[in-house]
Order: sequence, then C-alpha cells, then structure tokens
Amino acid sequence: MSTQTTPEARAQEWRGRFPTVNYLNADYGIKSWLLTKDHKRIGILYLISVTFFFAIGGAYAAAIRLELLTPLGDLMQSHTYNKVFTHHGIMMVFFFLIPSIPTTLGNFLVPMMIGAKDLAFPRINLLSWYIYMVGGALTFAALLFGGVDTGWTFYVPYSTNFSNTYVTLAGLGIFINGFSSILTGLNFIVTVHTMRAPGMTWFRLPLFIWSHYATSLVMILGTPVIAITILLLALERVAHVGIFDPALGGDPVLFQHMFWFYSHPAVYIMVLPGMGVISEIVATHTRKPIFGYSFVAFSSLAIAVFGFLVWGHHLFVSSQSVYAGMIFSLISFVVAIPSAVKVFNWTATMYKGSLSYDTPMLYAYAFIGLFTIGGMTGLFLAALGLDIHVHDTYFVVAHFHYVMVGGQVLAFLGGLHNWWPKMTGRMYPEGWARFAALVIFVGFNLTFFPQFLLGYMGMPRRYHAYPPGEPMWQVLHVMSTGGASILGIGLLIPGVYFIWSMRYGRFAPANPWPATGLEWRTPSPPPTENFAVTPVVTWEAYEYRPVEEMEVVGPGAPDAPAGGQHPANRGVETEEQP
Amino acid sequence: MSTHAEAIEHGHGPEAAHEALAHHFDNMEQQREAGALGMWVFIAQEVMFFGGLFLAYLVYRMQYPRAFMAASNHLDWKIGTFNTAVLIASSLTMALAVWATQVGRSRKVQVGFMAATVLLGLVFLGVKAFEYHDKYVDGLIPIAGWFNPHDPIPAGVTTGQYQMFFWLYFAMTGLHALHMIIGVGIIAPIMWMAWRGRFSPEYHGPVENFGLYWHFVDIIWIFLFPLLYLLGAHFKGGH
Ligand code: HEM
Ligand SMILES: [Cu+2]
Repeated sequence: MSTQTTPEARAQEWRGRFPTVNYLNADYGIKSWLLTKDHKRIGILYLISVTFFFAIGGAYAAAIRLELLTPLGDLMQSHTYNKVFTHHGIMMVFFFLIPSIPTTLGNFLVPMMIGAKDLAFPRINLLSWYIYMVGGALTFAALLFGGVDTGWTFYVPYSTNFSNTYVTLAGLGIFINGFSSILTGLNFIVTVHTMRAPGMTWFRLPLFIWSHYATSLVMILGTPVIAITILLLALERVAHVGIFDPALGGDPVLFQHMFWFYSHPAVYIMVLPGMGVISEIVATHTRKPIFGYSFVAFSSLAIAVFGFLVWGHHLFVSSQSVYAGMIFSLISFVVAIPSAVKVFNWTATMYKGSLSYDTPMLYAYAFIGLFTIGGMTGLFLAALGLDIHVHDTYFVVAHFHYVMVGGQVLAFLGGLHNWWPKMTGRMYPEGWARFAALVIFVGFNLTFFPQFLLGYMGMPRRYHAYPPGEPMWQVLHVMSTGGASILGIGLLIPGVYFIWSMRYGRFAPANPWPATGLEWRTPSPPPTENFAVTPVVTWEAYEYRPVEEMEVVGPGAPDAPAGGQHPANRGVETEEQP
Repeated sequence: MSTHAEAIEHGHGPEAAHEALAHHFDNMEQQREAGALGMWVFIAQEVMFFGGLFLAYLVYRMQYPRAFMAASNHLDWKIGTFNTAVLIASSLTMALAVWATQVGRSRKVQVGFMAATVLLGLVFLGVKAFEYHDKYVDGLIPIAGWFNPHDPIPAGVTTGQYQMFFWLYFAMTGLHALHMIIGVGIIAPIMWMAWRGRFSPEYHGPVENFGLYWHFVDIIWIFLFPLLYLLGAHFKGGH
C-alpha cells in the first residue's frame, strides 16, 4: 500500500481484501458510494450518518449529566442548559432514533430477507439519504449558530412568541428530514408487497419484515402530520397568523394535539424496528421457531394502529377534558397489550431453547428486561391520577429512556452484531463484544434507574439545578452521572472494535450463527444483486433445528444440504444451490 | 456476476427484456405494480399532510361559525365554480392522456392531452393569483400588522377570528396550488418522454402514476371549494 498510489492500484488493493466480488468491492471510490443505488451501500451511508448524529447527541447528554452532578447550576447558565437538553433531544429523536434501525439494518436487510435484488425504488432510497443529510445539516447549523431552547417538543406559545433562538431553522431541518422517513417507509411498503421471492408468502416473512412494515405504516401516516405541524409553527412564528395564539383567537393546545398525534406513534417508529431485530435474534440464538409467529406479526400491526389513538396521554394536565383523558388513559392501557404479547412470546420461545450467550443474544436479554420496565412504567404514566404527580418529572425521563435506549439502542447494537458478519464480511471479536454489552447494561441501569426515584420524589425534568437541602437527590444524581460515564465508555468499545474488525477481524462465513433467513444464503458480504439466483422459498420462517439435531442433519431450512457439513464451515460457493 | 444473474432472470423467454425494465425487477408487470402502489402510498401520505390543515379548519370553524360565514362571503363563489370546472376538465384530459398511452395512440395525441392538462392547470393558477390579488386589495392578507379589512367586520366577530378564516384560506389553497405547480413541473419531463415515443401499452407507468397524483390534487380542491367558498352562501348579504 505504501508504494502503490494510483487509484487503480488502490482499487486493486481494496478488492484483494475480500475473498469474493461483493457489494463492497464491486466498485471503488467516493463517487461510487455517493451515487450508489444499492440498498446495502445506502444502508452503510446511513450507518455512518446516524452514528455521527448519535455522537453529537451523546456529547450533549454528557453536558447535561455533568451539570446535574451538583445541585447548584454552576457549570452553565439556565439558558445554556435549556439549549443543551433541547439539542440532545432533537439530535437523538429526529436524527438518530427514528432513522436508526430502519435506514441501516432495514435498508440492508429488507430486500435480502424477502429474496429481492433491491428495494422497489433504489433512486428514491438514495434521495432519502440526501434529504436526511440536508435536514440534518440545517438543524445542525441551527445548533451551531446559537441553538434552540424550546425542548424537542417545541411547545407553543414559547416557541412561537417568545423564544429568540433558531426555532425556524431547526424546524425546517426537521421538516425536511421528515420526508426522508416518508420515502423510506414508502419504499419498504412497496417492496414488501411487490418484490417477495417466489414462495415467500406473507406468513413466511421474517418478523423483522413485519415490524418494519408496521413501522413504515406509522412513518407514512404520522410523519406528514408533524410536517404540517412544523409548517404551521413556522408560519405562526414568522407571519404571526394567529393559529396558536389565544390573543388572536387561536388555541395553543391544538399544537400539542397535532404534535403528539405524530409523536406518540413516532415512539413506535422508535421501538418497533428494535422488536423486529429481537425476534430474529431470539429465534436464531435459541434455535427455535418463534412462539406464536402470527401473534407477534399481528401485534406489530396492532401497535401501529392503536399507537395512533393514545396521543392524549401526553395532555392529561393540558386542559384536556377529563372524559377525553379517561378514554386516552384506557386506550393507552390497551396499547400495552400487543407489546406484552411480544415479550411473552420471546420468553416462551426461549423456554427450553438452546440459549446462547453470543453478543446479539445478550442484547436481546437486556432488551426484554429493560423494555418490560419501560413499558410497565408507561402504564404508571398512563394512569390519570398518578401522571399528575409524575408528569414532567424525571420519572418520565427514566420511562422513555428505558424504552428508547434500553429498547431501541440495545436492539440496534444487538442487530449490528448479529448482521455485522453479513454487512462487512468480518467477525467482530466476541470476547470484547460480550464485555462491552455488560458494561453498557450496567452503565445504562445505573444511569436511568435512579431517575425513576428522583422523579417520584419530585425532581422536575429540564431543570439545571435542584435543592441542595435534599441529600438523597444529589446521591441519586451522582449515581446517574457515574452510570452515564460507564455507559459512554461502553458505547465507545464497539465503535473501536467494529472499525478494527473491518480490517483485522476473522473472515465471516456465509452463515456464522447459523440462521435460516434468506440473507444468510448468500455470501458474506453479499454480491451487488444479493443472490446469484433468485431464491425459491419452500419452507416456513424459523424452521430451526435444535443444536443436537443440527449437528447431524444441518441447521434447518430444507434446502441446506443435509448431512454433517456444518454450515459455518461451508465455503461460500456451495451456498447458492437452489 | 450480475450478467450471470441477468441471463437467468431475463433470458428465459423468447423476447428480450423491455428496455424500460429496471435491473431489480423481474418483469414489467412487477415494475408497474410497484410504481402504482408507490403512488397510492404517497397519496395516503398526502392525505395526512393536508389532514392537519383540515383539522385546524374543523376546530376553528366549530369555534367561530359566525366569523367563518361572514368571512367566507368575501370569496366569490362564481369564480370558485369556474375554477372547479376548469380543474375537473383538466382531470378529464389527464384521464384521456393515460388512456392514449394505454391503448398506444400516437405520440401527438398523448402529448396533446397532456398539454391540455397543463394549460387548464395554468388557467386555474392564473385565476387563483387573481383572487389572491383581490384579497390583497381588500386588506385581507392574514399576517400580523397587514390584516386590515376594508369592509366592516360584523358585530360579535373579532378581527382575530376573521383573520383565522383567511389564513386557513391561504394556507389550504396555497398548499393546493403548490401541489399543482409541482405537478406541472413533473409532467414536463413526462411530456418530453411521450414526445420521444417512450410510452406504449407495455410501458406507461409514469403517465398513469402522474394521473393518480393529478386526480388526487383535484379531489383536494373538490373539498376545499365548498368548505371555503360556499360556507356563507345562505347568509348572503348578512354582513
Ligand atoms: C407500553 C406502552 C407505553 C405507554 C402506555 C406509555 C405511556 C406514556 C405516557 C402516559 C407518557 C406521558 C408522561 C407525561 O408526560 O406525564 C409517556 C411519555 C413518553 N414516552 Fe411512553 N409509553 C409507552 C411506550 C413508550 C415507548 C415504546 C416509547 C419509545 C420508544 C416511549 C417514549 C416516550 C417518550 C419519549 C415520552 C416523553 C415525551 C416528552 O418529552 O414529554 N413510550 N409515555
Ligand atoms: Cu405517548
């Protein structure tokens, strides 16, 4: 490498790093990435971008935790603090969590799992990434110019009549970014409907596909509402038309209704894809078919539908009528049922399974436990009376971090580990990965569990100081900040070894786990059009055989050649037997 | 590798793959279905997008019925009816354009119908611009500091409530007009393709999908027209 300098030679060197021709080395150079229409490459582009925004959001989180280490607001002024938590929320919700799994793992896996060559609209797929980058750049610019201090929820009338920060610019970025979500959802829906391989019926689809389908429905039907809401907010702010201004006959609560009509369903955009990942991991790493496949599949759709009917649980104390509050409370309890169905089915799948302790499965264990806590505390909040006590306290903060970080972020990490061999053709170092998973789990709980207690004791959210006279409060805050430091370190470790593994990791076989999904029936990394021959599916999803049987007849899924050849040792060339 | 796949995928029939077939589809039928479904999903998205404004309309219409009726009288229902007719006619010409490509009429016929559609769309937009100007003359631009109705506001109605109607009027018709302008922008390259003879009974997805979009935009107007123009008709002269 040191002496080779021509682009041709560098391309040659790059190709030499893979045993096969695949999507990564089929083409070379920055242009081949920025103009790619390959869903796998677009997935990688997204992976880099969402990681970038995650890092920014993380830096703001660190600032928040540092400030709260001591009771007095000594690190920054309250005005700065308002900006810091706003920036944290905006970056994490709109630019990391919502796109996180769908645009990376989803982009990469949806076509492969259904046996297609690409998503239905590859150009729209690339366009969605550019839209995302433009939206991200605008919002990021708003933060750099001086920031926003409204909270990620942009509540009026503060955001329209009083805040003198960059609300409009940040809103514009989020508005634009919304269209990238919409296009991704549109692409997934059309792809799942029209591009399935022969024999891939709806009820043979991996549950990852079902959950992405449900997510896409929410993206399609919810995102436009936040788009128009932000547009109205900007209109109100810039032209002062009066829609949300009581002085002109407008109604500020209308904003909250419109905002949460999107943003509650959006929390399911932020967790459904993670549930899909966990379904895959649990089946693969317990070597059992998912218990109650169709229940899990339909629970995704149920979540998507009911998710649209509960937004009022964010408005219990916002002058909403008591009767509306009661109904919203009731439906919020109902929406927890499909989530619980999933948790029970995963647990039942594990029962008497061959439980593995590979890293992806560690994340799945963590997800199931933490999501349960997050979901259950959601029910506390959905209880009318109790919510009046804990609304706008750290209890809410702890609740949503249990579902968003304990849920989606851990699922994202689990999924990355599970499919990393497929995406890069290299194995990650298992020992380090297990260690990191443990650190993350400990750090996470230490960060967020104390926040439940703090919130219950009355610590409000979005405050940069708290009474020094409450001794327990500082103890809990110190624990939380300590946990956040551990969590931060834990998150850095995978960052390091993932990058390391791309060069030094062991070459991954086509099917390292081994799993039954179509994405594992093609070399790692896959060729540009995914499959040399379009697969014909003749088996049900998750036809796993227990390990003992697998050692004799192979891993499952009928077309795997029977007889002792362990698929993990099989060469990639034999993978394409139809 | 990909040539190998292609040979297996597209090479089995006696006829070669259609030149418009994208590499990741198996056949034209699949490609057409995907395109059509994509447009329907997009339209679902659009319904929700406009839905936010319809919701705001509903809320304030319920709260301030008198203000809305009085303000609605400022819109000329005759002009509105004319524009409705223009738009429905453009839907007809668009449907004919789709038909012309489906049955393989000559490219002149195809382009002719599309041009008629564009023309009618532009007439609509022109009339709309004229109406907007009228509102400007009457001091009905709903921006703080500008809103200054020249006609007296009826008793029991506040300026704010009156203004509420007009910003809804501008937001809803403005967003609708924006969709028409985008539509004209999209049909231009499609007309160019039609002129080059690209469409045939086998391949006419872009025309068909654009047709769906255009009809959708028309339907939005069909709802806007009565909600905004006809609201105060039976109160005519009441202010
Ligand atoms: C089991 C179903 C769930 C129920 C019943 C539920 C209930 C609630 C309720 C009632 C609140 C409002 C609390 C308040 O402001 O006083 C809330 C807040 C929140 N929830 Fe959940 N939740 C559930 C699941 C989730 C999931 C899966 C996520 C995300 C992945 C999530 C994210 C959030 C967020 C971000 C907030 C705070 C919004 C803000 O900034 O004010 N929730 N939840
Ligand atoms: Cu909610």
